[in-house]
Formats: sequence, structure tokens, C-alpha cells
Amino acid sequence: MRPIVSTGTEPPAAHPRPARGGVRAPTRAAIAAGHLRTDRWWVPPATTAAGLFAFVVYSTWRAFADADYYAAPYVSPFYSPCLAQRCRPMHAGPNWDLFGGWWGISPAIIILVFPLGFRLTCYYYRKAYYRAFWAAPPACAVAEPHRTYTGEARFPLVLQNLHRYFFYAALLVAGVLTYDTVLAFRDPRYHWGHMGLGTVVFLVNIVLIWAYTLSCHSCRHIVGGRLKHFSQHPVRYRMWQFIGRLNARHMQLAWASLASVALADLYVYLLASGVFDDPRFF
Amino acid sequence: MSGYEARFQVWRGDREGGGLEDFTVEVNDGEVVLDVIHRLQATQVPDLAVRWNCKAGKCGSCSAEINGRPRLMCMTRMSVFARDETVTVTPLRAFPVVRDLVTDVGFNYTKARQVPAFVPPPGLGPGEYRMFQQDVDRPQEFRKCIECFLCQDTCHVVRDHEENKTVFAGPRFLMRIAELDMHPLDAAAETGLDRKRTAQDEHGLGYCNITKCCTEVCPEGIRITDNALIPLKERAVDRKYDPLVWLGSKIRRRSS
Repeated sequence: MRPIVSTGTEPPAAHPRPARGGVRAPTRAAIAAGHLRTDRWWVPPATTAAGLFAFVVYSTWRAFADADYYAAPYVSPFYSPCLAQRCRPMHAGPNWDLFGGWWGISPAIIILVFPLGFRLTCYYYRKAYYRAFWAAPPACAVAEPHRTYTGEARFPLVLQNLHRYFFYAALLVAGVLTYDTVLAFRDPRYHWGHMGLGTVVFLVNIVLIWAYTLSCHSCRHIVGGRLKHFSQHPVRYRMWQFIGRLNARHMQLAWASLASVALADLYVYLLASGVFDDPRFF
Repeated sequence: MSGYEARFQVWRGDREGGGLEDFTVEVNDGEVVLDVIHRLQATQVPDLAVRWNCKAGKCGSCSAEINGRPRLMCMTRMSVFARDETVTVTPLRAFPVVRDLVTDVGFNYTKARQVPAFVPPPGLGPGEYRMFQQDVDRPQEFRKCIECFLCQDTCHVVRDHEENKTVFAGPRFLMRIAELDMHPLDAAAETGLDRKRTAQDEHGLGYCNITKCCTEVCPEGIRITDNALIPLKERAVDRKYDPLVWLGSKIRRRSS
């Protein structure tokens, strides 16, 4: 009970209290609104949702297209390495007939599982899609709509802990994409020592892919974060510091590399479908 | 620039109920929200309950929600608001209200007691501790915490789910576990206490879905999620979910 005071400034009689949980739980300050934020808090999650949705639509279309993914000397990053017999032959390119002839659908599906898993379990993307698609929470101090919540403590979300294995796979994929970028220094007749606009697109893409992959929180942990005494491991300490500086920009690198990989694929698609010819520098 | 009359909405009430009340208060150049709340208390509502202490962003007492965002009242300048904007001040909404802007933050002290303390290294007495700066840099960042509990307040795991308060320590105390686990002289492992495992099993680390609200509201700028919670999650993975690390530790133990 409110103690009796003589100031005459007591608050008015109690407002009816909504009987619900969370911020509306019985012991908390009686405020009916789920949040009182006055800024445009919905802009970041809406932008994130739009960006991720656009990428999912584009990449799904391209992954299942099974066409227009090679325009000598460029191979789309969505189809590299190409692991089925149905892959288009690429001169000294990333063909590796691991799955043979029985694989009947687009070979992109085989390899995309790994970068997709890497990004799905990435600590930044988790924040992004938990907020944007699952509203858990939609924004800070904005009430979420779910009745119960167990986070990543139970199946299936406990599988997010596999992130470091997808990181190892992503390292291999980044290695193959580096090889593809080296191959981009050829001309359409496979002669070395040439560059076109596509070479620049591939170079920018591979720098961003490596920067994003190495800025990963699991990478930071593996190279040095797991140590208790940095003073006994000076090389790993230096590596940890370097990865830490990259890690501070993990979000920006996540978006930049997502855009660059889509653009590199789009560039190859436009060349392969004959929309324009690759401008050659030399 | 000169003073002006600002419109405020302040939550008044207790556990029985309450609501937002409108006030018009004088604001002068350079003032913060806590100054205005004090003027309100001095001139219009002398029984307005508000907890404060240092007025310098170091004691963590004047935590509240200003326009719906968890902030320190003493560190929120009035100049960040438009003059015609109504400024809403409520108590922290994750904790039981006591009266007006004062909440019962006892949940946090309960959780603090559940984290096992620093275990002194055997054979070293007080004054004999020696550490390299690069080894203590990480825990020192977490020592900047002023225990304002804004991170605990904004964390949706307990803010939106009262039932999780029994199983989830919250970002401030998971950060405390990370601090101790990274401490170069903490001897907990030698006594059989595995902080990595208990963070997941006993303090609810798995409930954290790293949405970074704790980092966003921290007035000390501690990168709670990136530097404490995610590294702690990775350490828990070492213990519980990574068969290669488990196998490596078994082989190393056998060969040593």
C-alpha cells in the first residue's frame, strides 16, 4: 500500500492492470504499452528483413537455375566448386566430379549448403534474423510477441553451436573462390596475364569473402580467444588482435560480402546470357 | 540558448498500480534528465521517488527508461530531445516496481551470489600476484561495469519472460563468469569448477540469442556480446559440443 503523505501530490487511483506476462507482469510498473520508444526502432529490422529476403529470392533462383554460370574465364561463386558430372566443363576450372552422374538437379545445391550454413549460424546473422524475422526481440526494449522462450538452449537452435564446423568448411570454399579469382586473370581463350572488369569484380568479392570469413567469432576464438595466457603465445596473441580488429566490423563485412557474392554471380549471369561482353583492360 | 518549459510524462505508482502523469518543467542549458526530475521533485511532486547518487555516470543508481529506452538519467542530456518533444520517464520495466521510478533490483544480487567467486591461486599470498597486461586486458574491460543493470533490464530473456529469471543469470553475470574464466590467475579449474560448463548448465548461457541489446544500452561502452558472451559461448562449445576439442584434450591428458 502507498503510505499516506500530506503533500497532496499522490498519483491518481490505480489504473486497471492488464493480466499478462513480461513487461506487463503483475509486479512490474503498470504500463499497458509493450514499449514506449518514440524513435523509428522498426527501421533496422525492416531493412534487415528486406535485404535478407531479397538475397534469399535471388540466390534461390540462381541456385536452381542450373544455367548461365560460366562465361570464360569466370565461374559464378554459387557454382564453385562444381561437384557433379552435369557441371559445365570449365578449362582448368573448379570441376571436381565427386558426385558423378546420379546428381540430377543443379550442382550449386551441393556446395551452397556450406556457405549457407556458415551464414545461418553466424553470430551476426543470428542477431539479424532473430530480430527481423522472429521478433525475439524486434528491437531493444520492445516487447516480443512470444509466450515462451528458450533461446538456443534446446533443439533445434542448440545446433547453432556447430558454427565452427561451418567456419572450417567456409575456409575451404573461400580457398576455391580464391583459385577462381586467379583464373580470372586469363582472357576468354585461356591465355594468362589479362584482366577485365570481371577480374575486378572477382577481386573485390574474394577480399570481402576472406575478410568476412576471418572476422568470424569462432575464428577469433580458435586463433587465440580460447587461451587463458596470451603472454605465453605471442604469435597467437597477435593473430587474435588482428582478427579482433576485423571482428569489430563483422556486421559490415557480412553485408558487403553478401552483396559482392550476389553481384559476382549476377555479373557472370549477364555475360553468360549474352547481355553484354566483358570489358577487357589488357 | 536559454531555458524553456519541457513537457514530461513520469510514471507514478507502486505495485498496486499507477500510470503516466503529465508535467511541465523548466529546463536550462546543459541539464540532464536527472536535473529535471530533481526540479520536478523540488517544485511540484515532493514525494516523487527516484534513486540516484553520484550524478556522474559511475554509481549506476539512476537507471530508468527514457522515451522507452533503458538509460542513466544522469547521463542523458536534455539537448538530445527536441524542445517540443514530450519526454517520458518510467522505472525499469524488467524488475518489480517499488514506487514511482524506483524498482527492486534484488534479482541481480541473487544472481551475483550464484556466481562462484575468484579462486585464489595456490601458493600465492596477497601482494604476490603478478600478471602480464596482455593477459588482463580482457577481464579489465568487464571491470568497467558500474552495475546499473540496464543490460539486465533490456535483455528480453527476462524482460519478456518472468519465468526465465530462475534459470538465466543475465548478461551482467554471464560477463562476470567470462571475466573469471579469462582471469590469468583464477584457479577454479584446479578445484574442479568448470566455469565454461556451468555457464551453460547452471547460468543459462544457452538462453542468450546474442541480439546485442545489452551492448547497445551499456553506458560504459563495454562490448558485452562480442567480448564476453560470444567468447563464453565458444568456450562452452569447447566443453560440450565440439568432439574434436574433446578428443584432443583426452589425447593430451593421456600423453602427459
